[in-house]
Amino acid sequence: MAVMGQPVDREAEQAARRRRRSLVLALVLAAFVVIVYALTIAKMGPGVLQRPL
Amino acid sequence: MAYVDDHGQIAAVAGEARAEDYFALLKPRVMSLVVFTALVGLLLAPGGINPVVGFVAVLSIAVGAGASGALNMWYDADIDARMSRTANRPIPAGRIDRDHALAMGLVLSAFSVVLLGLATNWLAAGLLAFTIFFYAVIYTMWLKRATPQNIVIGGAAGSFPPMIGWAAVTGSVSLEACVLFLIIFLWTPPHFWALALYKQSDYGAAGVPMLPNVAGEGATKVQILLYSVVLVAVSLLPPLLGFSGLLYTVAAAVTGALFLLSAGRLFRTRENVAMKKAARGLFGYSLSYLFLIFLALLVDRVAGLAGWL
Repeated sequence: MAVMGQPVDREAEQAARRRRRSLVLALVLAAFVVIVYALTIAKMGPGVLQRPL
Repeated sequence: MAYVDDHGQIAAVAGEARAEDYFALLKPRVMSLVVFTALVGLLLAPGGINPVVGFVAVLSIAVGAGASGALNMWYDADIDARMSRTANRPIPAGRIDRDHALAMGLVLSAFSVVLLGLATNWLAAGLLAFTIFFYAVIYTMWLKRATPQNIVIGGAAGSFPPMIGWAAVTGSVSLEACVLFLIIFLWTPPHFWALALYKQSDYGAAGVPMLPNVAGEGATKVQILLYSVVLVAVSLLPPLLGFSGLLYTVAAAVTGALFLLSAGRLFRTRENVAMKKAARGLFGYSLSYLFLIFLALLVDRVAGLAGWL
């Protein structure tokens, strides 16, 4: 059983690692969005939207 | 699992890397020193900076330094595999493909430089771009395998962060920023040569021409002592130039004296075991020294602003 079970365990482990990597990447991208937003507000202030159309 | 193919290249065995492996490509321990020295440069600079902009500036410098670490690991995978200190890095250990490290290094380099430019100014961004180029191309590709002066010249890359922090606030590079640069620049050779003295066989096996392997232990110990003397002298420039006070002067004098004692102890050793022990001692102390010097600059400035001194 142990020998037969090994590939399944490996695949499950690989899938878990992949899922975790995707999650971390999503968090990094979300943080980047927040940072750019905060930076825009910090540099331009609330007047960011006050411009001629 | 990893293997070396006919061309001496590391071929990664297909496997699933953990998120931590990608983080390890950024050399987080080096990054922590970069963050700290950049932050000190930023806080010492006259004029002040919006906290959000300052945070983004330090983050950009840290990510840029991490990106150059990833590029270094991409290029150096073959020699990393041959050294005990680096054999378990993600690429030689086979957890990450070399191409992934290259892609990550290039993407993060571009993002960090552009973000720093947008957040602060293009002089700071240009300095960051130059730092990444200097570390990844001039040090890693040209100098490291070619000359025993590799870490002397390459050390410039690690010396830029406080100057970038300073430039992020002021938009210029002044004498004070150059002194901060010089402190790290002069600290690098004794720091790395102490490591090279007790990891000599590692560097020898990897074919990296570190000074102890090329010029011998005696010459290395002399060079370490000379650089240490100049380092301690330069570390006393900030009070002379008027950008730090009594607290820093005392801290720099005490920590500098201990640095010279440690370098002197290494210089006097003749026997191999004692020499390695002294070299390890100097290497460990040098890390604390740089941290303490920059901490003292920061505390001195904060105390000065608060009117405590």
